[in-house]
Amino acid sequence: MISAQNTIRPRPHTTYRSFVEAHIRQSIAQCYQCGKCTAGCPVAYTMELTPRRVIRALQLGLENELENSSTMWICLSCLTCSARCPREINIAGVMEALRLATIGKKPTPDQKKFRLFHDLFIMSFQFSGRAYELGLGMAYNVMSGQFLNMASIIPGMLRRGKLAFLPHKSRGSETQHIFQRLEGQNKAMNQAEAGTK
Amino acid sequence: MIETARYAYYPGCCSKASAKEYTATTRLVCKALGIELEESPDWICCGASSAHSIDRILGIALPAHELLYAGRMKLDLVASCALCFSRLKIAAAELKDDDVRKRVGEVLGQEIPGNPDYRVMHILQVLEKHLDRIHLEKPLKGLSVACYYGCLLGRPKEVAFDDAENPQVMDRVVAALGGEPVEWGFKAECCGGSHVFTRPDIVSKLSHRLLYQAKQAGADCLAVVCPVCHSNLDAMQKSIGKEYKEEVDLPAFYITQLVGLAAGLPPRKLMFEKLFVDPMRLLRAKGLA
Amino acid sequence: MARVGVFICHCGTNISGAVDVARVVEAAQKMPMVVIASDNKYTCSEPGQASIRQAIVSNKLNRVVIAACSPRMHEPTFRKAVSAAGLNPYLLEIANIREQCSWVHSHDREKATAKAIELVKMAVAKVIRHEPLYPREVPVTKRALVIGGGITGIQAALDIANAGHEVVLLEQEPSIGGRMAQLDKTFPTLDCSACILTPKMVDVANHPKIRLLTYAEIKEVRGFVGNFKVEITQKARKVDYSKCTGCGTCWQKCPEKTPSEFDLGLGKRPSIYIPFAQAVPTKPVIDTDSCRYIKYRQWLAAGEQGKKPPECRICEKICPTGSIAWDQEPQTITEEFGAIVVATGFQVYDHRHYEEYGGGAYPDVISGMQLERLMNASGPTGGEIVRPSDGTHPKTVAFVCCVGSRDQAKGRTYCSKVCCMYTAKHAIMLKEHDPDVQCYIFYIDVRTGGKDYEEFYLRTLDDAGAIYIKGRPSKIYRDGKKMIVLGEDALMGRPIELAADLVVLATGMEPRTGADKLAQKLNISYNTYHFLVEAHPKLRPVETQTDGIFVAGACVGPRDIPESVAQGSAAAAKVAGLFSSDTLVTDPITSVVNRERCTGCLLCVAICPYKAIDCETTRDTRVVAVVNESLCKGCGLCVGACRPKAIDLRGFTSQQILEEVNSLWS
Ligand SMILES: Cc1cc2nc3c(=O)[nH]c(=O)nc-3n(C[C@H](O)[C@H](O)[C@H](O)COP(=O)(O)OP(=O)(O)OC[C@H]3O[C@@H](n4cnc5c(N)ncnc54)[C@H](O)[C@@H]3O)c2cc1C
Ligand code: SF4
Ligand code: SF4
Ligand code: SF4
Ligand code: SF4
Repeated sequence: MISAQNTIRPRPHTTYRSFVEAHIRQSIAQCYQCGKCTAGCPVAYTMELTPRRVIRALQLGLENELENSSTMWICLSCLTCSARCPREINIAGVMEALRLATIGKKPTPDQKKFRLFHDLFIMSFQFSGRAYELGLGMAYNVMSGQFLNMASIIPGMLRRGKLAFLPHKSRGSETQHIFQRLEGQNKAMNQAEAGTK
Repeated sequence: MIETARYAYYPGCCSKASAKEYTATTRLVCKALGIELEESPDWICCGASSAHSIDRILGIALPAHELLYAGRMKLDLVASCALCFSRLKIAAAELKDDDVRKRVGEVLGQEIPGNPDYRVMHILQVLEKHLDRIHLEKPLKGLSVACYYGCLLGRPKEVAFDDAENPQVMDRVVAALGGEPVEWGFKAECCGGSHVFTRPDIVSKLSHRLLYQAKQAGADCLAVVCPVCHSNLDAMQKSIGKEYKEEVDLPAFYITQLVGLAAGLPPRKLMFEKLFVDPMRLLRAKGLA
Repeated sequence: MARVGVFICHCGTNISGAVDVARVVEAAQKMPMVVIASDNKYTCSEPGQASIRQAIVSNKLNRVVIAACSPRMHEPTFRKAVSAAGLNPYLLEIANIREQCSWVHSHDREKATAKAIELVKMAVAKVIRHEPLYPREVPVTKRALVIGGGITGIQAALDIANAGHEVVLLEQEPSIGGRMAQLDKTFPTLDCSACILTPKMVDVANHPKIRLLTYAEIKEVRGFVGNFKVEITQKARKVDYSKCTGCGTCWQKCPEKTPSEFDLGLGKRPSIYIPFAQAVPTKPVIDTDSCRYIKYRQWLAAGEQGKKPPECRICEKICPTGSIAWDQEPQTITEEFGAIVVATGFQVYDHRHYEEYGGGAYPDVISGMQLERLMNASGPTGGEIVRPSDGTHPKTVAFVCCVGSRDQAKGRTYCSKVCCMYTAKHAIMLKEHDPDVQCYIFYIDVRTGGKDYEEFYLRTLDDAGAIYIKGRPSKIYRDGKKMIVLGEDALMGRPIELAADLVVLATGMEPRTGADKLAQKLNISYNTYHFLVEAHPKLRPVETQTDGIFVAGACVGPRDIPESVAQGSAAAAKVAGLFSSDTLVTDPITSVVNRERCTGCLLCVAICPYKAIDCETTRDTRVVAVVNESLCKGCGLCVGACRPKAIDLRGFTSQQILEEVNSLWS
């Protein structure tokens, strides 16, 4: 990848950055790039863009690199980074903001499986009110094509009665209403925003 | 006669399937200690690690549904799952923001009273609070336990009830049961969480590190307080062992099972048979079964 | 009748650039009681001053207003000029038409001129009410107290004593020497710490003008510059120093062993002890927390409950001079001093606060200061660098910089300044001790500002082959016999896992516990971390807001030895300057109490930040406030607080201020 693309042209003030900073209610300018977040992140070893570099990319406005990475989805939300950051920056919150920023955008091939999982998980309780592990597992396996995943423990789960064959239902259908009202609210807010522009 | 203590109880979705034994023993132990748990009939999923990743308000509204129930009951809300606890507690903190409260109220279709003070507790806190009620029938003498808290109980510090790096509550509970909590450095390191579907390689690596470290610290078993951690450390243990070419064989109990054991509740009711890693040999060796 | 002269300065173009000086002169001439008004290009110059002197004489002026720069700049100059012409120097008022007018209103000449006229008008109105004031002289006690016997205090004490003044050097520990006594070699020259420190310690002990008070603490401080009265507590050593010869028999034979503070728990010391071999004085104290006989006596006193401790008293039996004094109790000593130097130094940040680094639970994770003790030939291992856990020689050593520094999450935002350099030193020394050692240094930034410091750092790369890794580690844990450091190599942008035999935390400097309490006793300020605050960080680095009290060394902020020594000498120079005259002139601008009006509510006593107000009983047995004019700084807080208006401030009386304000409406 030795090309002109390697050259950084800083754009420190982007709306992307503002969105992230509003979400964590902090300025990422505070970060002095010590690397403690990356050092403690249990999944940094498998990230292309490690947590410190995510913050750096935000400081420099490298929006494309951020959007195309899978870092925010690999993030486990374990909060190790936030808990240990000497500048007390909520890096896990940054990751959350970056996830939210991708919603509605086309996922990269690598992001796909994570998005699929979360979508399916939410679907698994959207109607019944409660998450349904077996259904989720099966749907994920079929749709992601990773069929052998966890296969080894499924018989054991069944034998121990740890997988329900039918989803468990919450009384009433509150979650459905919640999703409907949320959709309405988001729509209204988007319209209002478009109106002010 | 001890006074009964009452709490609102949020079992969480896993209670109905993969973590049956956790919920069952939580109820059993609480009953034995004179603690009443009120479960809402229409509780819904807290959104786990997904809702807040997809929509900020959704991630607060789902747990808020349960907070409102506890508020109506005027009870402290107890969760046994560390992940549910974390979502509930974070939502309670977020509701202090007026704008968030308004939006969440709209989504839930009910007004949320201003200046709310929703108290959320983890079952560990409840157990510690009522430790003096345990009648030790079978002290866990000679049982070395690596207490595993997971990454969420001590973080973020605004909602935590224990140290983020070296939490102590469970160690105190285990010590009070007559067991021997071991000192180890991975009490609060992540197990890989829900990546078991998307990136099972991550779960194997992280959970293996935990098991290995617990063993190295001289633990006979683990004590766990979260169904997600538990399935990674117990159900997946054998396949992790295979992957790393070493047999681990480290029974992973839910803390409530250990409390029940020490309190002399019948082993049958403690549902040890639900565990993947059979603990009976260990318990017999220690004279506990 | 007041005869006022007004002198308006152009200050080059500083003032005249924004203010129409001619119009101010014109307006001033019309002001009440003004006899003459004139202007000058540079009033502070010698010709400028001469014209004022001349005008005073020829116009028989008895009040002067100078409209120029801030009184902070030239008030002393102009007071001298006025008094040279025979006027009382306090019959002068300065109107600040530069900082408070021309500089801030440079864009609007019209308004700037109008404001300058008003400022002059106010000054004229005020000066008419001025009374002559006379400074007082107080005698100076030419004896200094130096608190803290580290390198800074030692240097200050020696310099003051060599200037011919008596010094008391007070140290709370059993020996002087401070933290420098614990070090092995010192950067950037690698000379042996003891070799350069102990001769100075001996000089202190032998100096005819220095009295050493070790194992002693400040109890109370009263008085003011030139005249401090200090109560000192001499802690009970349980050894009679007038008899003890320091032969050492007792500390060799004492059977009780307890962790040594000096070796930071890496070694042990007896209950009757000197902290280290070259201690000054070389006479022991008994540590009453661990001594067997003391425990025995406590057991007796508590009615013989529990197990009977051994009676011991071996030291007493073998001491050839009969110096053991079991009944010695703490004593209070009262001394008088003219000046005080505070040099209480620092302590090392306690890394137990870093739970992610093991919270102090891993024996093979040590602090830089502990490594100093391990490297030191007179240390607990005789200079062998071994792992505290198993005594083996470490081959891979990891250093972690900035522990307890630059970390807001741990409540320490400042850089400790010495740790980058001492870590470089450690890497060089380790390689010298054992060529097979490989050092890895985790850092955020390498800070080496100082003469020959960067070159010293480069030696860690060139000679010691240390590998610097940019990134603050997040976790340290044990894996078998190894300590694993989880870090990031930020330059590669990848996580790094390092298996080390020994981890050294470069812990930062923090003020000695109790620095805040001492500062309160001395009435000097300290910051949030309890570092003492200097009068001005650049221009008055060793003075404080309290006259006669000086600060130096690591108690003011992180400092290395060269800086500490320089500050010790600087403080000594200030003391010598103070002692160069027999008396001190005090500023007459102080508050005064009208004893008839004072109701004795003593609100002023509570409010005075300089503890300058006391109370006394009058002949008709009323309690009234009295101002100690030597302590009063003329801040005026008490004037505002006094409800019956019984306090007034000389030079700024209520009436003077009122006239000033009224003049704006006339
Ligand atoms: C690990 C380490 C390595 C270092 N290596 C070097 C080096 O190689 N080169 C270098 O230039 N610098 C080095 N330094 C820095 C050096 O130690 C300090 O600059 C120096 O010791 C400061 O001297 P001080 O006299 O101001 O303070 P201190 O040495 O702390 O002395 C203060 C003294 O005051 C006493 N005291 C405190 N409070 C009171 C009280 N209330 N009443 C009476 N007495 C009191 C204390 O007991 C102590 O004896 C190193 C520091 C550390 C931590
Ligand atoms: S730990 Fe904090 S300060 Fe350090 S690099 Fe990460 S975000 Fe920046
Ligand atoms: S929250 Fe995410 S980025 Fe932070 S340490 Fe955990 S996994 Fe890494
Ligand atoms: S009495 Fe014994 S223990 Fe105490 S100082 Fe003397 S020799 Fe040591
Ligand atoms: S001197 Fe170096 S190690 Fe010490 S706090 Fe400053 S940057 Fe960190």
